[in-house]
Amino acid sequence: MKRFDTAKLAMSVFIASEAVFFAFLIAAYVYYYGAVVQGPRASNSLDPPRTLIFTVCLLSSSATLWRAERHLAAAHNRAFRLWLGATILLGALFIFGQALEYTGLIAKSITPARNLFGATFFTLTGFHGLHVLCGLISLSVVLVLAFMRSFGPREISGLGAVSMYWHFVDAVWIVIFSLVYVTVWI
Amino acid sequence: MSDVPITPGLLDADFPAPSESRWLEWVATVDHKRIGILYLVTTLFFFCLGGIEALLIRVQLAWPGNSFLSPEMYNQIFTMHGTTMVFLVVVPLLLGLANYLTPLMIGASDMALPRLNAFSFWVFLFGGVLLYFSFVSGHAPSAGWFSYAPLSEKGFSTRYGLDYWALALLGIGVGTIATAINLIVTIVNLRTEGLTIRRLPLFVWMVFVNSFLIIFALPALNASLVMLLIDRQLNAHFFTQLGGGSPILWQHYFWSFGHPEVYIMVLPAFGIISEVIPVFSRKPIFGYGFVAASTVAIALLSIGVWAHHMFAVGLGHAWDYAFGASSLLIAVPTGVKVFNWIATMWGGSIRFTTSMLFAIAFLFTFTIGGLSGVTFATVPIDWQVTDSYYVVAHMHYVLFGGTLFGVMAGIYYWFPKMSGRLLSERWGAVHFWLMFIGFHLTFFIQHFLGLDGMPRRVYTYPDHPGWAMMNLTSTIGAFVIGISVLVLLTNIVVSLRGGEPAGDNPWNAWTLEWATTSPPPEHNFDAVPPVHGPRPLWDLAHPQGERA
Repeated sequence: MKRFDTAKLAMSVFIASEAVFFAFLIAAYVYYYGAVVQGPRASNSLDPPRTLIFTVCLLSSSATLWRAERHLAAAHNRAFRLWLGATILLGALFIFGQALEYTGLIAKSITPARNLFGATFFTLTGFHGLHVLCGLISLSVVLVLAFMRSFGPREISGLGAVSMYWHFVDAVWIVIFSLVYVTVWI
Repeated sequence: MSDVPITPGLLDADFPAPSESRWLEWVATVDHKRIGILYLVTTLFFFCLGGIEALLIRVQLAWPGNSFLSPEMYNQIFTMHGTTMVFLVVVPLLLGLANYLTPLMIGASDMALPRLNAFSFWVFLFGGVLLYFSFVSGHAPSAGWFSYAPLSEKGFSTRYGLDYWALALLGIGVGTIATAINLIVTIVNLRTEGLTIRRLPLFVWMVFVNSFLIIFALPALNASLVMLLIDRQLNAHFFTQLGGGSPILWQHYFWSFGHPEVYIMVLPAFGIISEVIPVFSRKPIFGYGFVAASTVAIALLSIGVWAHHMFAVGLGHAWDYAFGASSLLIAVPTGVKVFNWIATMWGGSIRFTTSMLFAIAFLFTFTIGGLSGVTFATVPIDWQVTDSYYVVAHMHYVLFGGTLFGVMAGIYYWFPKMSGRLLSERWGAVHFWLMFIGFHLTFFIQHFLGLDGMPRRVYTYPDHPGWAMMNLTSTIGAFVIGISVLVLLTNIVVSLRGGEPAGDNPWNAWTLEWATTSPPPEHNFDAVPPVHGPRPLWDLAHPQGERA
């Protein structure tokens, strides 16, 4: 006797554990925020407007994924694949933005070894980026399966679980963006 | 004796040339029973390794000024002993039992996510192998099982041991979290008709609560480990004072995992005791609701007590008293449980099987360990005995005398279900008494060593009055435990080959796992009996509704 959707329930519990993981990384960032008084730190090293553009990409990818889900439920296969593809593209753009930022920072020799800003910044955003990457891989698997015609409305709960993960990763980014970038403006 | 079926492949090791496919069956399995047995066999192996390390420690400490192990080697051995016992024995041993039993006890045919289940096991095993591979790299980790910074940092631990330690624990952590997810989904989704949350076997209750504790505690460890690795590999300064980092942060982070971990290591054992004691007292558990609810209370409290491991750091009085008080509170729900178990035995017709002997020994020993735990929550006492053998004694009373005795009760209780044969009670009694006496011989006296000022983790000690005698006693006790483990292994081998056939329900127990054959078929049940209460098999045998 089944009470909940297995995939979604498992994903919710997994997300709870991931939330704890990020909570500890975020706490480390906050804890060391005041410790860096000279050298590179958020206020003099980051480019919040540019990151805002890529943030918009990531957040809109949540909306496109939601559209994709609706189309899968209605068995609109073409539209489903289209919106799913758009989601992957937007996620990839975000990663591209992050790569841009990282290379810029490293070129200025701002690395985890430089100071505590480097250590906490790269750890926090790096693990977030890793999660986006994992999400992209999962979404790509779904897309490939969809093109092979073996992912239809009956597999909707699988997509549901992946999209829960994707929305979670987006939500974490909202926290990180507010904490790391928005504070630069304040 | 030969007409009793044995779990296929269980005796493979004894066959001259096992066919490849038989091995492959075990490697490729997604059956929760086989995965459970894989966990049990693997942890038994690691238990022997960790035990040998313990014996090496005790030989080195047998008399003052001994030079059996070099100081460097001694540090590696006690670190590996602690890490092995915590991460490769106690936790996975309980997860293995949970894996085997949970679907059976709730009338399900398997775990909710069988492939994830197999993944969990193999990633755990990979972690274990990685940890021991550190020896091959030339240097095992040597900063103790909680690897305090800055000792664990590159400046002080220059070789690769600590990196292997962190990577191994990450692997084990991922596997443990995956298993916890699986157990939660299984218990929520796959309970048979009528098995409401208030009728759940207490073992399953504890496993359920325990899984949530894992979900909230293990990620803290993972976060600490990646930060340590970034320190070591990318030269960051999270936990080194040098770049403005804080070694204390490591302690906060590690113990916010580490204290819940203590309960992760004991809650399932509480569950085992809560199954064994009623069956061998022929009475239903006293205060089912209290036993279940106090588990939730323990789990919640355990999240808010981590800094009691850090009284010696000097966090300030306010912190110390707050954490001292919250730690004392844990004694309340734990005490509730102990009284429930005693009240269950009260007036029952007790059967002193080996399983029951271990359960009673658990009550006795765990209560002593719990009481010495309360003394630690009292800040000034903690200051006096911190980092002494008093700590070593306390921790072994709860983990060995508590959890491991509980697990032994569970092994004697469920072995017949897993193998189709009873473990020999005669060997069992020998095993029990040797282990019980050996345990108290080893660890009781360490309380006094600690009170007398002997620090833990020193490779040798001066010839203070009484220290030589007390240490030698402890060493002799350790070897008695060693012999008792050999007796257990003998019992397992002998009973697997020629043990008495168990039948479906050798103990006249009441939970669903006893309603199927021993060992159960791959799909577990041909038909799950109806569930109208917490003791379905009792209800089945007494349709008129008699109690007791």
